Amino acid sequence: MAQVIVVTSGKGGVGKTTSSAAVATGLAQAGKKTVVIDFDVGLRNLDLIMGVERRVVFDIVNVISGEAKLNQALIRDKRVDTLSILPASQTRDKDALTKEGVKGVIEELSKDFDYILCDSPAGIEKGALLALYFADQAIVVTNPEVSSVRDSDRILGVLQSKSRRAEEKRDPVKEHLLVTRYDPARVERGEMLKLDDIQDILRIPLLGVIPESESVLKASNTGNPVILDGESQAGQAYKDAVSRFLGEDRPMRFIEAEKKGFLSRLFGGRAA
Amino acid sequence: MSWLKFFRGKQEETPQTASQAKERLQIVLAHERISRKGEDFLPKLQKEIVELVAKHVAIDAGRVNVSLERGGDLSTLAIAVELPGPEQAQRAS
Repeated sequence: MAQVIVVTSGKGGVGKTTSSAAVATGLAQAGKKTVVIDFDVGLRNLDLIMGVERRVVFDIVNVISGEAKLNQALIRDKRVDTLSILPASQTRDKDALTKEGVKGVIEELSKDFDYILCDSPAGIEKGALLALYFADQAIVVTNPEVSSVRDSDRILGVLQSKSRRAEEKRDPVKEHLLVTRYDPARVERGEMLKLDDIQDILRIPLLGVIPESESVLKASNTGNPVILDGESQAGQAYKDAVSRFLGEDRPMRFIEAEKKGFLSRLFGGRAA
Repeated sequence: MSWLKFFRGKQEETPQTASQAKERLQIVLAHERISRKGEDFLPKLQKEIVELVAKHVAIDAGRVNVSLERGGDLSTLAIAVELPGPEQAQRAS
């Protein structure tokens, strides 16, 4: 049976799609058969972040409505051969998704894949609820910022009450905290919530900390998930997070501010 | 920033806003976690209070205000009911 993982946050713009693309690619690189589904019907973006936007023919709505077969809609990644992408529809609205339809798609994917990642839309409306409904595990993406932490707390409440596991009173959805856009220098200056504070408030196990990094924008510009950029701190941090997800023990990196010398202060060095 | 500070690498004094963020989050989430379990009782409370007061005094339901101020250790629920003054009551009768 495949593990279904939802990547969610409540708040928009915190890095759900970036994280979905990175984690899916990382799991596939580890040899796991992985499919990542874009649940943001009407505002599809995972295809761009994954760099497959020109190969989209059919989407999840076509599959649910019977207009296309699942394997016609799946896009095989050209970089990692154990990775597939199921895009969202760009033209339909979120009502085109139904619980029964999504269930069918996930059951069919379960036969062929080890991990099914669901990239949730923002909010707590239908699309987000469907993205998390079938989850066994949840990666809650949070920025060190008050509105993001509050929305993460809210979405944790939704996971604990509205997921299928909650409704069927089975073991709860396993929750993981992924802090993104973390800026250790600003934390040191007291301008940004500390990692400890976020953990203290949300109280779920920490999967990883992704530092604020210019490489994330560069990666999305070119359609290469940032985890493929082994030089960048963000790429390395995602790799660590995936390893932890697979049960390895990795120390947290990039959570302390780099000590700047006189010259880099003068010339304003930036994080890679 | 003075030159001396620049060479020493000291940051300008800034208020530690992160600690305010933490404190505000802790308070608001403590309340939200409780209210998540039950339904929002305020509208119902307001309706019942209006009904109760209306049994004894002729009041305008629109002139009832229920407000809640959430704090860390203590929250206050303020209910303001505007009662008609004697002149208004006389005019009505």
